[in-house]
Amino acid sequence: MNDMRIVKRDVDMNDTKISAKGVQVFYGDTHAIKDVDVEIKDKTVTAFIGPSGCGKSTFLRCLNRMNDTIDVCRVEGKILLDQEDIYDKRVDPVQLRAKVGMVFQKPNPFPKSIYDNVAYGPRIHGLAGSKADLDVIVEKSLRRAAIWDEVKDRLQAPGTGLSGGQQQRLCIARAVATEPEVLLMDEPCSALDPIATLQVEELIDELRENFSVVIVTHSMQQAARVSQKTAFFHLGNLVEYGDTQQIFTNPKDERTESYITGRIG
Amino acid sequence: MPILWLFVLVLALGLIGFVLGRMRALKDAHGDIRQLHSLPNYYGANVLFATLIPGFAVMVIWLIAQPMVIQSQVTSLIPERAYTDAGSLNLVMSDVRRVAEGLDVAVAEGAMTHEQARDIRSEFTDVRARLGAVGVALGSNVEPYVLQAAQKYRTLSNGGLWLMTALVLGAAVLGFVLSYLRTNKEQRSRNSVERVVLALLIGAASIAILTTLGIVLSLFSNTIEFFKLYPAKDFFFGLTWSPSFGGGSELGILPLFWGTFYISFIALAVAVPIGLFAAVYLSEYAGPKVRAIAKPLLEVLAGIPTIVYGLFALLTVGPLLVNLFGDGGALGVDWMKGGTAVMTAGLVMGVMLIPFVSSLSDDIINAVPQAMRDGSLGLGATKSETVKQVILPAALPGIVGAILLAASRAIGETMIVVLGAGAAARLSANPFEAMTTVTAKIVSQLTGDADFSSPEALVAFALGMTLFVITLALNIFALYIVRKYREQYD
Ligand SMILES: Nc1ncnc2c1ncn2[C@@H]1O[C@H](COP(=O)(O)OP(=O)(O)O)[C@@H](O)[C@H]1O
Ligand SMILES: [Mg+2]
Repeated sequence: MNDMRIVKRDVDMNDTKISAKGVQVFYGDTHAIKDVDVEIKDKTVTAFIGPSGCGKSTFLRCLNRMNDTIDVCRVEGKILLDQEDIYDKRVDPVQLRAKVGMVFQKPNPFPKSIYDNVAYGPRIHGLAGSKADLDVIVEKSLRRAAIWDEVKDRLQAPGTGLSGGQQQRLCIARAVATEPEVLLMDEPCSALDPIATLQVEELIDELRENFSVVIVTHSMQQAARVSQKTAFFHLGNLVEYGDTQQIFTNPKDERTESYITGRIG
Repeated sequence: MPILWLFVLVLALGLIGFVLGRMRALKDAHGDIRQLHSLPNYYGANVLFATLIPGFAVMVIWLIAQPMVIQSQVTSLIPERAYTDAGSLNLVMSDVRRVAEGLDVAVAEGAMTHEQARDIRSEFTDVRARLGAVGVALGSNVEPYVLQAAQKYRTLSNGGLWLMTALVLGAAVLGFVLSYLRTNKEQRSRNSVERVVLALLIGAASIAILTTLGIVLSLFSNTIEFFKLYPAKDFFFGLTWSPSFGGGSELGILPLFWGTFYISFIALAVAVPIGLFAAVYLSEYAGPKVRAIAKPLLEVLAGIPTIVYGLFALLTVGPLLVNLFGDGGALGVDWMKGGTAVMTAGLVMGVMLIPFVSSLSDDIINAVPQAMRDGSLGLGATKSETVKQVILPAALPGIVGAILLAASRAIGETMIVVLGAGAAARLSANPFEAMTTVTAKIVSQLTGDADFSSPEALVAFALGMTLFVITLALNIFALYIVRKYREQYD
C-alpha cells in the first residue's frame, strides 16, 4: 500500500455526462444494486472500487444497458445520459451502446483480422462512406489505442494472435472506432501483466481528452493512478463518491477507510 | 448344460473368495479398518478377481481351441477319396457331427449303452435305423468312416469337456488359494483392483475397434472375390446398372452414385438451412423455457425410426408432390409420373436430418464464448448482426463438420430411399423421377435366394466397401475440421 501515489491532475470540473438517480438492480430475487445516485463528469476518469461481488460490474453494465441481455436482470430508477433517460422506451439500446462503448475484463477480439476487428463497429453503424474513410478510421483508432506502430504491418493478421496486452488495446481501439461519448471499462487490466497494464493505464489517461471514462478496478493503486473521481461500492450500496484524492487521503466513511487500508476486501 | 454349471460354480467360488478375503484382511488388522492399506471390500474383490480371471480365461481359451483340435484330429480319419475340395469336406464334417449328436441322444434316451455307442460298427449294425428310432433322422446310410469319425468326435469332445472342467476349476481354485493366502493388511489390493478395472476398460474399447476392423475384413474378402469375377473398370465407370441373375449383367456403380448424391444433396439443401436457423434460434434467441421444451422436441425427430419416415414419404409426401407437379396437378407442369421420386426421398430425408444438424450446430454455437457476444453487443450490434458477423464465422468450421456428418448419414440412409425414391437405377437430372441409391441396391442384391458366388450377389460387398470408404473419408474429414475448430478458443 505504501507505493500508492496520488497523481495530482487538474480536474476540470465540467458538465455532468451521466447522472444516475435511485438505481436499483435485481437478479431474480437478488438485490444487487441498492438505491445508487451518482453523477459522472464529462472528460473525466471515474473509478469504481469495492470488494468483489459488491455490484461494480452490475452498475457499470446498467450504463449502456448491457444488463438487458441477461434474462433475470431488472433495473429500476433513472439513468440520464446528457439529460436523457436511457431506459426510456424511445431509446434504442443498440444505438445507445454505440454511444456508450465498453471494454471487457478479458480481451475478447473477434476471430477476424486486426483490421476487421476495428472496422466492425464503423461498418455496422455505417460510419465510413468509402473504403478510404474506413482505412482512416481504423488507423486513427489504432493510433488512439497506442497500438498502431505494433500492428500497422500486419493489419490482416488475426486479432487473436496478438499478446494479451495488445489484444486489450485492440479491443479499446475497437470501442473507440465507433466514436463513443463514454467508455466503460470493466477491470480492463486484470488479465494483463504489469507492463501491459502500464500501457493501458497511460492510454486511459490520454483517452480522457475525448471521452468520459468509467473504469472498474479491484486495484486501488490503479484507481489512484488513473482516476480523478472515485466511487466506493459495498454490498450493493454506493458508500462514498468524491475526488480520488479525497477518497484516498481523507475518506469520510469508515467502510471506505477500512477498505483502502486493507481491512475489508 | 455342464458349461453353464461350470460357469456358475466358478462364479460361486469367486463370491466365496470375496467374503473370505474380506474377512481375512479384517482379521489381520484386528478389525481396525484404519490399519488396512485399502478398504476391506478391495481385499474381497482382489480374491474374487484372482478366482474368476484364471477360471474364465482357461474356459474361453479351451472353448475356442477345442473345436479346432477335434476338427483336425477327426479329419485325419476321413479318407481323401470321400471329398474333393474344402467345401465337401465341410459337408462330411457336418454329417460326422450329426451322427455324433445322434449317438449322444441315443445314449441319453437309453437306447444304447455307452459301450455300444463307442463300439458299434456300421458293417454289422444299421446305424441309420437305430438313430431314426430315437428321432434323429439321417439323410443317407452311414458310411463306416463317418461312424468312426463320429465316435472319435464323441470321445474327444466328452473327454475334452471333462478335462476342461478339471482345468477351469483347478485354475480358479489355484487363483483363489494363492490370493487368499497372500491377503494381509499391508497388501495393496486397491491398486491391483485398479489394474483390473483398467484392463476391463481397455478390453471394452478394443472390442469396438476390433469389430470395425472385422467388418472391414469381412467386406474385403468378398469384394476381392467380386473383382475376380467382374472387371473393376466396368464397375467403377459403368453407366448402366442392370443385374440379371441369368448372367450378362451390367453392374456400373455410377447410376447408383448419382442417385445417392442427388438425394443426399436435396436432403442437405432442406436440412442445413432449417437446422441451422433452428439452432441459431434455440441458442441465441429462445428463452430458457422455450429452449427447455423445443430442444428435446426437435431431438425426438431424431429418434423416429427411418422406416416411419419412409412410410411418410410413400403415403404422404409422394402423393402430395404428384398433386403439385404431376399430370393435371395444381401447377399444371406434368413433371412427375409417380409418387416415388428423388424429390420425395430427398425432402423426407432432409426432415430426418434437421435435428441432427440443429443439435450439433446448437452445441457448436453454444461453445462460442459469451465474451464474443458481449463484445459485439457492446459495440452496438443487434442480435442478428452479432450472429451473422461474429458467431457464425467463429462457429463455421464446426458447423461444416456437423454438415459433413449429416451428409454421411444421408449417404448411408436406406429405408427412406426404398420407400420414397423407387428402385430404378437411372442417370437423370430430373428430380421428379424415380432413382435409387447404393444402399438400397445392396439390400435388393442380397435379399431373395441369391447365390453367394455370383457377381450379382457379390457386387453388394463391393458397393458396401465403396460406400464405407466414402463415408469414412467424409467422417474423418469432418472430425478433422471439428477438432481444428476446437483449438481456436484456447
Ligand atoms: N448474471 C447474473 N445473474 C445473477 N446474479 C448475478 C449475475 N451477475 C452478478 N450477479 C450478482 O450480483 C452481485 C454483484 O455482482 P457484480 O456486479 O459482478 O460484482 P463485482 O463486479 O463488484 O464483483 C453479486 O452478488 C453477483 O452474485
Ligand atoms: Mg466484476
